[in-house]
Amino acid sequence: MSSGRYEMVVGLEVHVQLKTRTKAFCGCSTDFGAPPNANVCPVCLALPGALPVLNEHAVELAVRAALGLGCRIDPISVFARKNYFYPDLPKGYQISQFDQPLATGGSVFVGQSEKGAELRIGITRLHMEEDAGKSIHDRYPGETAIDLNRAGVPLIEIVSEPDIRTSAGAGAYLRTLKQILQYLDVSDVSMEEGSLRVDANISVRPPGQAKLGTKTEVKNMNSFSAVEKALDSEFARQCALLDSGGMVEQQTLLWDGARETVRPSRTKEGSHDYRYFPEPDLRPLMLDSKWVDHMRKDLPELPAARKTRLATEYGLSVVEVEQLTADPALAEYFEEVARAAGDGKAAYNWVMGEVQVALRTSSEEIGRFRVRPADLAQLIKLVRDGTISHTAAKRVFAQMVATGKPAAQVAADEGLAQVGDEGAIATWVDEVLNEHPGEAARYLAGEKKLQGVLVGFVMKKSKGRADPKRVNQLLSSRGG
Amino acid sequence: MSVDNYTQLGAAQIAPGVRAGKTSPAEMIRASFKRAADIGGGPDELNIILHADENASLEEAEQMQARIQSGTDIGVLAGVPVAIKDNIASLGLPTTCGSKILRGYVSPFEATAVARLRANGALIVAKTNMDEFAMGSSTENSAYGPTRNPLDVRCVPGGSSGGSAAAVAAGITPIALGSETGGSVRQPAAFCGVVGVKPSYGRVSRYGLVAFASSLDQIGVLGRTVDDAALGLESIAGFDKLDSTSSDADVPIYRLAALGKPAPEARNPDTEAIRIGRSPVPLPPPPGPTTLEGVVIGKPKEYFPDSLDPDIRRMCDRALDRFRSMGATVREISLPRSPLAIPVYYILAPAEASSNLARFDGVRYGLRVDPGKGLKAMYEATRSEGFGPEVTRRILLGTYVLSAGYYDAYYKKAQAVRTLIADDFRAVFTSGVHAIFTPTTPTTAFPIGAISDPYEMYLNDIFTVTANLAGVPAISVPIGRVRRLPVGGQIITAHFDEYAMFRVAYALEAGLGAEAHQ
Repeated sequence: MSSGRYEMVVGLEVHVQLKTRTKAFCGCSTDFGAPPNANVCPVCLALPGALPVLNEHAVELAVRAALGLGCRIDPISVFARKNYFYPDLPKGYQISQFDQPLATGGSVFVGQSEKGAELRIGITRLHMEEDAGKSIHDRYPGETAIDLNRAGVPLIEIVSEPDIRTSAGAGAYLRTLKQILQYLDVSDVSMEEGSLRVDANISVRPPGQAKLGTKTEVKNMNSFSAVEKALDSEFARQCALLDSGGMVEQQTLLWDGARETVRPSRTKEGSHDYRYFPEPDLRPLMLDSKWVDHMRKDLPELPAARKTRLATEYGLSVVEVEQLTADPALAEYFEEVARAAGDGKAAYNWVMGEVQVALRTSSEEIGRFRVRPADLAQLIKLVRDGTISHTAAKRVFAQMVATGKPAAQVAADEGLAQVGDEGAIATWVDEVLNEHPGEAARYLAGEKKLQGVLVGFVMKKSKGRADPKRVNQLLSSRGG
Repeated sequence: MSVDNYTQLGAAQIAPGVRAGKTSPAEMIRASFKRAADIGGGPDELNIILHADENASLEEAEQMQARIQSGTDIGVLAGVPVAIKDNIASLGLPTTCGSKILRGYVSPFEATAVARLRANGALIVAKTNMDEFAMGSSTENSAYGPTRNPLDVRCVPGGSSGGSAAAVAAGITPIALGSETGGSVRQPAAFCGVVGVKPSYGRVSRYGLVAFASSLDQIGVLGRTVDDAALGLESIAGFDKLDSTSSDADVPIYRLAALGKPAPEARNPDTEAIRIGRSPVPLPPPPGPTTLEGVVIGKPKEYFPDSLDPDIRRMCDRALDRFRSMGATVREISLPRSPLAIPVYYILAPAEASSNLARFDGVRYGLRVDPGKGLKAMYEATRSEGFGPEVTRRILLGTYVLSAGYYDAYYKKAQAVRTLIADDFRAVFTSGVHAIFTPTTPTTAFPIGAISDPYEMYLNDIFTVTANLAGVPAISVPIGRVRRLPVGGQIITAHFDEYAMFRVAYALEAGLGAEAHQ
């Protein structure tokens, strides 16, 4: 394969919609899914004479994101106009930041190399800007409709260094980035709703060559796996081009997910001259260093730190920790359970087992899950102190999900408290041996592996109440 | 007060009578419209007014009358008719910026300055003609035809706020709002023999002012007298949360500057009450002839070149003599970077304009010309058809200087020089000079059609444009006439020191007396 002679060099530009109630420069709502052009005003319609006023909350969220990605916050950053004509860009320019961005020089830890070295992707810059509206080409035949609800919604653009070498690496970076932004609670980071969008810059070069090849920009990917596929496809295209003696042309390409191929964009964006200049309607953004320090101290625990801590504090494996921290709310739920139950392993088993099943069944989010961490912890304790068996606990849990009642109450109501009484267990064992004479005979004749089957029968008969330890002891003594 | 001498009445004479219920707002409306009709303010004659609606204005006046009768205090501009330049958004009347591209456009919101005028009791009677998008110095660049100077109908009224200056000069309204980017209030004020003030950048909210060059634009006030200009400005000045570039610095009561004293140090609750319209308009006593004792007036040599029209120089010298006779010291000063102002301005202003005017694209409002050949063709047809030649020229110029490869050579360098020009002013004002005096314009009003070379036209702003670049306040006051045409003298003070500017202006006006119009 020709691509073996080339190395992929990728930098990603990620646009993230900030989770504000109102737009970046006016008081219009940012609600997703409002009727077209419902959330507009003179400012975001660019009526003559209207002026932008910066949304302070957007600045807070952008700073939070930048700090979370380890960036330096510039004490003075400057908004700039990016000029181009398009019907969904009402002012004829986008308010963005150009040569003086909000933040620079961060990095994201994405894992470890085979040799154990840290893999980090550098963040070149993070700047604030506003979104454009939406052009709808397929609604009215021969016409284009414009929806300006999204125009002016606050975004941050996170530009990575060209540090990514594989499509899987791009995926890992994106998943890590998304997770960090989730932990920071600055965005919904949903590619479906458009609150996270990815453009990829990709070039190829022979391994060892320092000079970068000519890059292309690939847009229009609607999922992280689409990004990976698009990179592979574009990598192969560039390699084949070079192998056949051709040259890569700097251009913007669109990913066609249905055909799994890239095609040139109709508008040649590479040839655009955006004529940036400082936005005279807004003053330079000056951030007090004390305020920035305060924001830094206020940051929540980020995924990497949390993974390390969970692994050591609760004795969990790397894989287990990864599962738990995929969603910050899940990790918090786990930790509350683990702390209250005093048993990380059991908490893990429950949270990744029964809890996940219940959530999937009801398609609920963990944040709204009926069984609160304290209740689940109580259930774990009931099992540990032998009050109920593990089998019974699963039934108790199901009832807790259904009714929202505490574990102890459910166990009592259902009569599921474990029975350790010799007499009762002996009765159940006798009944089972009578009812299954074939298995009984073989077991008593020394076929030890049947013991598990017989214990199962006893547990079933006792509706899970029998203490399995005692059942085993009893059977052993009979068979012994 | 009698409405018979309406054209002689200042705002401070009209408002107390209306407030006290002695004169009705409707009388003022009728007087204003009658004056406009008598003098020929309409499109076929002086072409001062682009939009007006007498019936709607009368209706508004009736509502005001009802409020007065129910005991409501209307404010310091009660019943004062005011004309508004057509690039300042107003409810009720269109806002077309003198451009075809906005023909018939009515703004759904009002500029903060206009809203504040109304809140102080003003009646908005007309939208006035202007150079298209405020680009010009003669009001000849209006898509709706040139305005004529009421003092000599063969001549231009200046521009771009030519319609507002002419409205005041013609006695249609005692006060009008204009806008400045490089002298568009002061220059027509000088040409029409009225007072025109451009406040410090940030003093008046730009919200609702259709942007030409945002870092230079300011709304200004034209008045028949310094007092009208001061009353008008203090009614609209002050912070506005809708304009991030507006300043939250205190707004003194500018009319108190007529008392001939430095600005009061502490804020006086009584005077504060005047500004927000709860007290009657007090008439400060006029300044005496010796009220500029201790004031240092700077005379910058760059604004009095050897080539200066000798008649203009003569009028300026007379004004400087008055300053001296009132006790002021006149000091020769230098603003060495001022000669660079015109090239700097004609890089920065078009650059910002090329971006500000991008929104007129035929998509959401205003003119749309669609040849049916796709988006790009629609843009081209709409903008080619909608914009006049001067606007087109500046958009092209601005697009060019912002282009990749030229940005550093033009825009960036011009910004650096702009800073130097502002430094010059700062140096002068920190060296003991209280105010700078210069001619407002190098010439008097010129005949319509006389200047066809754009660069020659740009030189009209040579003495005014520096104040815009530096962001400092400046006022043009009539200082005499040459061959029956008015001459304006300009007073410039430090940032946000409008009070000192008005103090000197009041004194000059009083010191010249009738000579100001001779």
